[in-house]
Amino acid sequence: MKPAAFEYCRADTLDEALALLSEFGEDAAILAGGMSLGAMLNMRLVRPAAVIDINRIAGLDGAERAGAWLETGATCRQADALGSGEVAAAAPLLSLALPYVGHFQTRSRGTLGGSVAHADPSAEIPLCLATLGGEVVLASRSRRRRLPATEFFEGALTTRRAPDELITALRWPAAPAGAGCAFEEIAQRRGDFAIAAAAALAALAPDGTLRALRFGLGGVEERPLRVDTAGAIGAPADAGTAEALARAAAEAVAPIEDPRASRAYRRQLVRVLGARVLMRAFRAARAGG
Amino acid sequence: MLRVKPDATCRVTVTVNGAARSGRAGPRLLLCDFLRHELGLYGTRVGCEHGVCGACTVMVDGRAVRSCLTFAVQVDGAEIRTVEGLGDGGALSPLQEAFRRRHALQCGYCTAGVLISATRFLETNPRPTEAEVRDMLSGHICRCTGYHGMVRAILDVAGAEEGEEEERRR
Amino acid sequence: MAADRAPYVGAAFPRKEDGALLTGAARFIDDMSPLPGIRHVALLRAPHPHARIRAVETARAAAHPAVHGVLTGRQIAAAVRPIPSAVRVPIDYYPIAVDKVRYAGEPVALVAASDRYAAEDAAELIEVDYEPLPAVADLDAALAEGAAPLHEAVGSNLVHRRSFRYGDPETAFAEADHVVRLDWKFPRYASTPMETYGAIAHFERSPDRYTVWSNFQGPFILHALMCGALGTPGNRLRLITAPHSGGSFGIKQGLFPYMILLAAASRLLDAPLKWIEDRLEHLIGSSSASSRRDAIEAAFRADGTLTGLRFRNIVDVGAYIRAPEPASVYRMHSASNGCYRVPAISIDNRLVATNRVPIGLNRGYGGPQFYYALERAMDAAARALRLDPAEIRRRNFIRREEFPYRTPGGALYDSGDYAAGLDEALRLADYRALDARRARARSEGRLFGIGLAAAVEPSGSNMAYVTLAQTPEERARAGGRSGGLGSCTVSIDPSGAVTVRTVSTPAGQGHGTVAAQIVADALGLRPEDIDVITEMDTLTSAWSLASGNYANRFSSVVVGAIAESARRVADKIRLLAADTLEVAPEDVELVGGAARIVGVPEGALPFRRVAARAHWHPAGLPEGAGPGIFETTILSPPELGPPDERDRVAPAVTFGFVCDLAAIEIDPATGRIDIVKYVSVHDVGTILNASIVEGQIHGGFAHGLGGALMEEMVYDAEGNFQSGSFADYLCITAPEMPPLTVGHVTTRSPQGGLGAKGMGDGSSMLAPTAIANAAADALGREDIELPLTLDRVWGLAGARP
Repeated sequence: MKPAAFEYCRADTLDEALALLSEFGEDAAILAGGMSLGAMLNMRLVRPAAVIDINRIAGLDGAERAGAWLETGATCRQADALGSGEVAAAAPLLSLALPYVGHFQTRSRGTLGGSVAHADPSAEIPLCLATLGGEVVLASRSRRRRLPATEFFEGALTTRRAPDELITALRWPAAPAGAGCAFEEIAQRRGDFAIAAAAALAALAPDGTLRALRFGLGGVEERPLRVDTAGAIGAPADAGTAEALARAAAEAVAPIEDPRASRAYRRQLVRVLGARVLMRAFRAARAGG
Repeated sequence: MLRVKPDATCRVTVTVNGAARSGRAGPRLLLCDFLRHELGLYGTRVGCEHGVCGACTVMVDGRAVRSCLTFAVQVDGAEIRTVEGLGDGGALSPLQEAFRRRHALQCGYCTAGVLISATRFLETNPRPTEAEVRDMLSGHICRCTGYHGMVRAILDVAGAEEGEEEERRR
Repeated sequence: MAADRAPYVGAAFPRKEDGALLTGAARFIDDMSPLPGIRHVALLRAPHPHARIRAVETARAAAHPAVHGVLTGRQIAAAVRPIPSAVRVPIDYYPIAVDKVRYAGEPVALVAASDRYAAEDAAELIEVDYEPLPAVADLDAALAEGAAPLHEAVGSNLVHRRSFRYGDPETAFAEADHVVRLDWKFPRYASTPMETYGAIAHFERSPDRYTVWSNFQGPFILHALMCGALGTPGNRLRLITAPHSGGSFGIKQGLFPYMILLAAASRLLDAPLKWIEDRLEHLIGSSSASSRRDAIEAAFRADGTLTGLRFRNIVDVGAYIRAPEPASVYRMHSASNGCYRVPAISIDNRLVATNRVPIGLNRGYGGPQFYYALERAMDAAARALRLDPAEIRRRNFIRREEFPYRTPGGALYDSGDYAAGLDEALRLADYRALDARRARARSEGRLFGIGLAAAVEPSGSNMAYVTLAQTPEERARAGGRSGGLGSCTVSIDPSGAVTVRTVSTPAGQGHGTVAAQIVADALGLRPEDIDVITEMDTLTSAWSLASGNYANRFSSVVVGAIAESARRVADKIRLLAADTLEVAPEDVELVGGAARIVGVPEGALPFRRVAARAHWHPAGLPEGAGPGIFETTILSPPELGPPDERDRVAPAVTFGFVCDLAAIEIDPATGRIDIVKYVSVHDVGTILNASIVEGQIHGGFAHGLGGALMEEMVYDAEGNFQSGSFADYLCITAPEMPPLTVGHVTTRSPQGGLGAKGMGDGSSMLAPTAIANAAADALGREDIELPLTLDRVWGLAGARP
């Protein structure tokens, strides 16, 4: 179980990486943490002509506040994000989700950008990014662009990244003051890809009604789902609202089915997890975020 | 920029367990294969080659990583620690001692990876709860022990350090 | 042995093996390079579960610059003979597919190259022209009308059937007040050791001889089969095992066809060959425990007395009957009464071929399936008869005073106190409090259940039990078969240092430590002073058919041989010392590294000096003492006779006892099972090493729990394998393990001298059943199917719309 042969290209600068991407295009694989790519290479599920290692590009591994946004670099390690005060302050939902990402030993090398680029339907980081209304920053030799996460993810393991593009950063809208967050997933084992995951962020008006609400579901469809919560703004932050939202989401989703779980079970988890997570976010918001 | 053609090899120089070592590696040579077959450090075991079982976990620049998901060419210049470097000369490390005392290993095939992980884990979290230890161990598969002895051994070491600190405070 | 120090046997003595394993110094098969010029093998495996091989084109692969050679199934088949099993049916089993593939992952071609990377590159260049055939994906498909037979010469997928009758089951059932029937299914799962298969094969000429280094666990009865397949006398097939093996749990028995394949390939390609199975190969193509779809009926009198059992076993053996199969079906056969005094039993066994990997040894070996029938039926019967599940068992247990107990099937249970074991489990679980907790939970509408299971644990197999697959007439024609030899050599070299050779090929069970404890006690030395070699070398070891590591045979059989060899060495040392001390040998004791007059520390002789005399001065030895010290014991427990004409046989030497209790709560919203309490009580006879016993119990529990909750080798309806990676085959990990309360009751075994019983299977046999019984209790339904995954439990909880 060894990878097929490839050319190893280690970019020391972003320009070098983009030049290599423009040279190899679809025949290149970008190597960040390698937690997914490494396994796919070893199984020969992918056989790129070139592997472009971006780990030594300086300045890509940070997590910094930029105005109303938190910007995390492509090679920001999951373990570093988990330990980052900046992340905890600006994207508390991500901090809650990161312990569910893989394991201690994979978070040490796995990156935020790599997880988003891989776009596994049940992955936690893409779910958080989509739920929060975050953006993916892409660069190629000819252009720079930002895509909302909800547009970036197309389906299972497919995104709108062009073959010559590199994800250089992720942008996370900073949580409103006093927002409460919650994240939970159900998996057969700790650290497995979720059968279903739910993420929520809530902020309350002074009268205790919902001022802002973000609610997302992972593992249910082929890409992370951001649930439309516009109707809940102004509603009381209570169990009735949480259950109604979760029930509506459970009816609206078109769940996938695989050997791990049936469609019906995933729909059930949307209802149960959704209500639980929303209620926890409400409670956290009431407690002041 | 470094480019190594598919059939070419390059020299990879690393510091392993404190000593400078070097060997040749083609682009696709896995770090676990490099350590074992190029450097002769057979203590690192290969269990799944797809990053799940954790047997091949080694420390690269202070972090516990899967050596089956890392290519040797990537670690040129890095500081690597393997199970061979955990003890102090002939003496076992406190964690190794605790593994022995608590019967935390049977066949011993997963042990090197678990020891590396746990060593790094205790550096980041010197006072873990049992739940935290089990969560960290979820990145390893052991088929012999039911994990019971490992959990006890790791908690033993964490507790022992706590005890020492208390003594120092007194 | 002197009494001035507690014996090492029984202590929680730290393991001798651990130093090397903890520092990375231990050597496993993939660390070995025993000779120069080794080429590395990759196997091309079939993507189809069932297909005819029209042609295999190897020219492109052979032309790869790093390739040494390429071989197809036809080339191998021309060089080896098919491997037989105990079942007399026309199935030609080769270690590689020849004209047809019968399971996804079956090898179809072999490439040897300068390294594994290149070998895999070249394997991709082999072109196989397949004609896909309809797959027989499971038991139902295999037995369906018009199903395509895997083996045309057999004509049907039913490859074996035998029926057995002990006592008078017809009358028992006719006169029963209650008959409980349970239809059950059992999934495939496997213990997936962390180290996969590995072998290095070398063929040399003048004389023609094969040497195979491997992590094969035995049984070495398979050496005879390998010799047959290779057409070579036994002394020309040398098998050597690696010093360490990274777990096995039975699975590494299934390595032997690959050893034949590599040996033959080494001859054909004229090079030493090394093959290390990778994890994907292991999952799809090594082996697994059997899946079954069976029925059990149990006849009871109104008072709960069990009067008869009827088993209808339908066993999915996979694509071939691979020796020692169908042993998994017959391992529990003669103990089909379980722990109970039931006089009448009928058994109907059907083996069915399917397009799945051949079954083989796996922890518990037939036990998990057998107890899933019997012990689930006992809990179901308790519910039907409105008896407490503990009480119905207690009423039917074989009583302490009835041992040794001859079962209807011919097993001789050596010792036990099953009621005491059950009581201890109930005490540790605080059964009354659990019962109250269940009542409270139910009154609140929660799903809370308690499950019990009890088992005898046969250990130290009779090599003849598998011949129950043959009729008495077939057995008579084949000649007598019996026994289960254990062997050990204890020697002292001219420096006075002690070496023990156990030929027991452990894979983590600490044989070296226990052997050293036994010998240290006998010789008055410390375990640290004694080196133990556990490897097999068929040319230099004292071994026989039963050698190897399986069926808990170390503590049930091998320790007897160790103790006997140690006793003989001790006798000789005493004889030599007595001569010097001018006393009778009976007046000499070995203690603290010295031989001395009993109770007299003065004038003690250093052990090493006494021993060395046998080498350095053979002419000066006392009468009755021969030169050198090299004591080999080969023993076969006399109880292990051949099956009689009524198919009764003593299948094993010792019968331990296990009683498990599980209390669970089910979350109906998510299907999550919370194991509130799990208690496991064991009678392992005399405990030889307390921490090793504890470790085995925890490990066996983990395997059983994995099978209960999440581990399954899944095949889809077309026979495609769905569990091909460790992301799909879900081995249980640390966070899923609940606290385990372990208890012991001890009845010394009269077998083997030290009083120990085999004990490695433990809860691997019972956890699936105890958890299923608890789920049945919680959910109020008997149609429980394993594994109890989240989705399935949620469905069983009635929530599925």
